[in-house]
Amino acid sequence: MISRRLVLAFPEKIVTRPITYRLIKDFDLQFNILRAEITADIEGKMLIEISGTKKQIEEGLKYLENEGVSIQDASKDIIVDTEKCISCGVCPSLCITQALEINPVTHRLLFDKNKCILCGLCANSCPVNAIKLKI
Amino acid sequence: MAKTVEEINEKIKSGKALVLNAEEIIGYVAENGIKNTVKKVDIVTTATFGPMCSSGAFINFGHSDPPIKMQKVWLNDVPAYAGIAAVDAYIGATELSELEDMQYGGAYVIQDLVDSKPIKLRATSYGTDCYPRREIETYITIENVNQAYLFNPRNVYQNYAAATNSSSKSIYTYMGKLLPNIGNVTYSSAGQLSPLLNDPYLRTVGVGTRIFLCGTQGYVSWQGTQNNPDRERHPNGTPLSPASTLALIGDLKKMSSRYLRAATFFGYGITLYVGVGIPIPVIDEEMIEYLKVSDNELFTEIYDYSVQRRNKPSYGRISYGQLKSGFITIKNKKVPTGSLSSYGRALEIANTLKEWIQKGSFLLSNPVSPLPFEEKINVLNILGRDEL
Ligand code: SF4
Ligand code: SF4
Repeated sequence: MISRRLVLAFPEKIVTRPITYRLIKDFDLQFNILRAEITADIEGKMLIEISGTKKQIEEGLKYLENEGVSIQDASKDIIVDTEKCISCGVCPSLCITQALEINPVTHRLLFDKNKCILCGLCANSCPVNAIKLKI
Repeated sequence: MAKTVEEINEKIKSGKALVLNAEEIIGYVAENGIKNTVKKVDIVTTATFGPMCSSGAFINFGHSDPPIKMQKVWLNDVPAYAGIAAVDAYIGATELSELEDMQYGGAYVIQDLVDSKPIKLRATSYGTDCYPRREIETYITIENVNQAYLFNPRNVYQNYAAATNSSSKSIYTYMGKLLPNIGNVTYSSAGQLSPLLNDPYLRTVGVGTRIFLCGTQGYVSWQGTQNNPDRERHPNGTPLSPASTLALIGDLKKMSSRYLRAATFFGYGITLYVGVGIPIPVIDEEMIEYLKVSDNELFTEIYDYSVQRRNKPSYGRISYGQLKSGFITIKNKKVPTGSLSSYGRALEIANTLKEWIQKGSFLLSNPVSPLPFEEKINVLNILGRDEL
């Protein structure tokens, strides 16, 4: 029995399909949604932890990929260096969970770690390298 | 009622000038009306802090013994242009390191200089009777070189296009990372705070205008390259697409890396964030008409950067007010927006310039010469000599 933490990205059209249910039922995987962000009009993202045998996990992931879900390993941690940050606004446009936002009053970047699903989309986007993701 | 720059400078010297930033003026005009504002307000400070690739610095290294006529020059392994005299070189912001590729480049050298870090200087030459040395390797700092000045051929774009990506893959551009299927939109303008959007016809800005440049006083030296003022305009005078540009000059030795920052756009390359502040003298009522324009009345066009051609398809016009709200709608889809330039840092620059003026340490200047307003830009056609 092994566990993996993964970020799943759902294209718009399959967001509502009950694929998570099938993972549990058909592939006998233990499936834990740690964080999720699915909106009607933007791609959905989910940070999950799945446990099962190596074979079950492999087959489950293959099924997901066939359904059009893209899968990547979750990062372990994210650090936003507020000293380096110039509060431009590049990373907020990439962050689907709105963990990164420019405060409209102070114009400074706010990072809400509780909203972050460690998807890594913001990682290489910061022009002054203020965002570090540990993999 | 009209005011001259000389009269405004007298008020600065006697500590009586009223200075507002380009954000504050909007509310001030709404409250006090145009006539009263012209009477009361003397200067409006504008600013921007954005990536400006067309930047670089001239450096004169001084002569070694025996001397060398530097033909090829590297600063921290980044090539600099040395085809000028013996020990002069120009280090361009976008030049890449020969060793570290996209991790380091000209903009980083310039920032390291400003931060007083030691820089490895390497040069080669063919040797002459008067300059016998053929090779040199040494270390310099900004303190021990002769002149070091920033000379940027094109900065302070008056408006800039917004970018998105309709393809099915992420693309990496000078407008940042663009997610597939119109996944995000990026833009790069300080909008209502932006210098040339507050003086759309460049009535007060010209050759010789004194400005805030990366933490010190600098000057407008010329029109910028790709200066293109002859563009479609909104009734409020502002262009709806990239128009005028400025060439800027200033003393690198006095600059601060708070307002001059090297940056890397992943997959695209290296650029320099340049902090510029321009004071606009409130000379007459017409200036107030321009200065009072807010983000909701400033527009740009969204282009599809997945089309790798000079002319890209447009997704229509959008106001900076909408872009700055964080989301816009394209084809019934809610799309997150992000700015490449930092409004927060631009506001800080506008306020710093305001303080300098209030303290009397920064005086306004009349342009020595106006900038050309009829210029159009040419495209580069691929021609044989007899097709010219
Ligand atoms: S990794 Fe970055 S983009 Fe992804 S959720 Fe966290 S902050 Fe947002
Ligand atoms: S992209 Fe980097 S500099 Fe810009 S707001 Fe995000 S962390 Fe700050």
